[in-house]
Amino acid sequence: MSLAYKLAFRNLFHDRLRLIATVIGIVFSIVLVTIQLGLYVSFQRMVTVMIDHTKADLWIVPRGSKFFEDSALLDEHERFRALSVDGVAEAVPVVIGFASWRAPSGGTAPVFIIGSDTRDEGLRPWNLIAGSLESLAVPGAVAIDRSYFDRLEASRIGERAEISDQRVEVVAITSGIRSFTTTPYVFTSLDRARSFTGTAANKGSYFLVRVLQGANVTDVRDRMRARLTNAEVLTPDEFRRRSTNFWLFGTGAGAALFTGAVLAMIVGTAIVAQTLYSSTKDHLHEFATLRAIGSSGAYIHKVIIIQALLSAAIGFCIAAGFGWLVVKITADTALPVVMTLPMTAILLLLTVVMCVLSAALAIVKVMRIDPVIVFTR
Amino acid sequence: MTAPVIEAIDAVMFLGRGASRFEALKSVSVAIAGGELTLLMGPSGSGKTTLLSMLGCMLTPSSGTVRVRDHSTAGAKPEELAKLRRDHIGFVFQSYHLFPTLTAIDNVRLALDVRSENSEQAKQKASDALAMVGLAHKAKSYPRELSSGQQQRVAIARAVIGNPSTILADEPTAALDAENGRIVMSMLARIAQDPTRGVLVVTHDPRIVPFADRVVYIEDGRIVGEERGVADFKHEAMQSQGS
Repeated sequence: MSLAYKLAFRNLFHDRLRLIATVIGIVFSIVLVTIQLGLYVSFQRMVTVMIDHTKADLWIVPRGSKFFEDSALLDEHERFRALSVDGVAEAVPVVIGFASWRAPSGGTAPVFIIGSDTRDEGLRPWNLIAGSLESLAVPGAVAIDRSYFDRLEASRIGERAEISDQRVEVVAITSGIRSFTTTPYVFTSLDRARSFTGTAANKGSYFLVRVLQGANVTDVRDRMRARLTNAEVLTPDEFRRRSTNFWLFGTGAGAALFTGAVLAMIVGTAIVAQTLYSSTKDHLHEFATLRAIGSSGAYIHKVIIIQALLSAAIGFCIAAGFGWLVVKITADTALPVVMTLPMTAILLLLTVVMCVLSAALAIVKVMRIDPVIVFTR
Repeated sequence: MTAPVIEAIDAVMFLGRGASRFEALKSVSVAIAGGELTLLMGPSGSGKTTLLSMLGCMLTPSSGTVRVRDHSTAGAKPEELAKLRRDHIGFVFQSYHLFPTLTAIDNVRLALDVRSENSEQAKQKASDALAMVGLAHKAKSYPRELSSGQQQRVAIARAVIGNPSTILADEPTAALDAENGRIVMSMLARIAQDPTRGVLVVTHDPRIVPFADRVVYIEDGRIVGEERGVADFKHEAMQSQGS
């Protein structure tokens, strides 16, 4: 094995304090990027969480709907028009809207009602950790997520409260169904949702369309678009894209998270570059000696880049540990930081790129060394 | 004496810029032959180190020629100069310039490593080179664990391991006591017995003159004299080191 590895390793570990400073810089930067990206992915998932968990081939949405919670009302006529289109098997209504939750203590909280037919597989709660879906058919039954226990002052099956002055009882508890608006989702039957949100019986927020087996979804969508004049027909992907674009790019939230991640990268790169540069300056006579004894530029680059990569490896391992901790701590909060395998790979790549970029400054410094300085000391 | 391994022909060297620009070497011609130990002596500021740097392919002359074997350094790029140094020149520095984080054997091996020789054979060569300078038993020692004399001997082993045609030594005995100075010079003189290898030593130290085959005097950037025949003392000097 080339001595370049040993030299790089020893140079790095020779000055422990500087190594610690470098590693702190990398860890700080990568943890920050992890959190920003984790929030971004989490946000992205939350924005489309309802669309992702709805069993529908097509969505009939009010014209101009930008995201799931941005629903106006559709007339039942649109549903009948949809059902008359060739290839449509069913069009299931869903009603959504804001309402007020009142706990027995008197405390109130806004909630977001999601109502669909409990016998239908359209949009029902998932990730149940207590209770059952069948219980939602019981009058006054609702399902809540455990993330919002504190907000709703309810944490058990059987707890009672009021929504829009009507008595409700918690019959099912889910895990991880969070709203990006931080307003708790409350699942219930279609009729009760209409009642809680004051929606007329001939109205719906969305109609979830399932096509007949063997029918081409795109063809059915195109036929429906021609028939439905007061509503839009979207595939789940189209609706997902529209929601994501609105929240992440239309509102600037995504840009803010990205900017944060980029700033974290810049800060990290600057810290690593500074420490590598100063480490290189301290070893300048050694690099000059290498140059004097005939080392090629590539050999010196190798030593410095190995130093940078070693720093990256150490920094990334520690940062990954912190990242994992952040993911665990925030898992049950309203805004969890998400970490996926591809994200981890991206972060590793970013760490390596950051450290190698940082090494560039040190390399420029070393390549300007005049080997003659070996005679001056 | 054999053909020159390095030579400067009418080499002129300007250093500095603007008002501080000066002529450090003025039409210098000097040749280092294989099988010969040449001393370059002169007062401070006379141009010894500049000449050494030029012959060592670290600087290229402002005009004139420097040849290493058959290669001229004129117009050579830094990478080409590095290759010339790698292939033909071994350096011994006044303050050794060993790598403090590497053991003695790794310091020696480094000179092969930069030539992309990093096999088991390279380790054996490094071991042999250390044995040649009498430090086989110190192979695993770090520079801080070695005396000044031992450090300089490691540096000599590093300089010769690549089998260069020229060894350039800059004040190799300046930081050593008389005894270690004699040991180091004796080694350099022994290396210079090889007819394919020339040794040039820059020094202020008159005590090492007896080890030289030739002494070249430089003053104010010019070669002002040359003395041969000092070799009469050389045999005696080397014998006193038991060689």
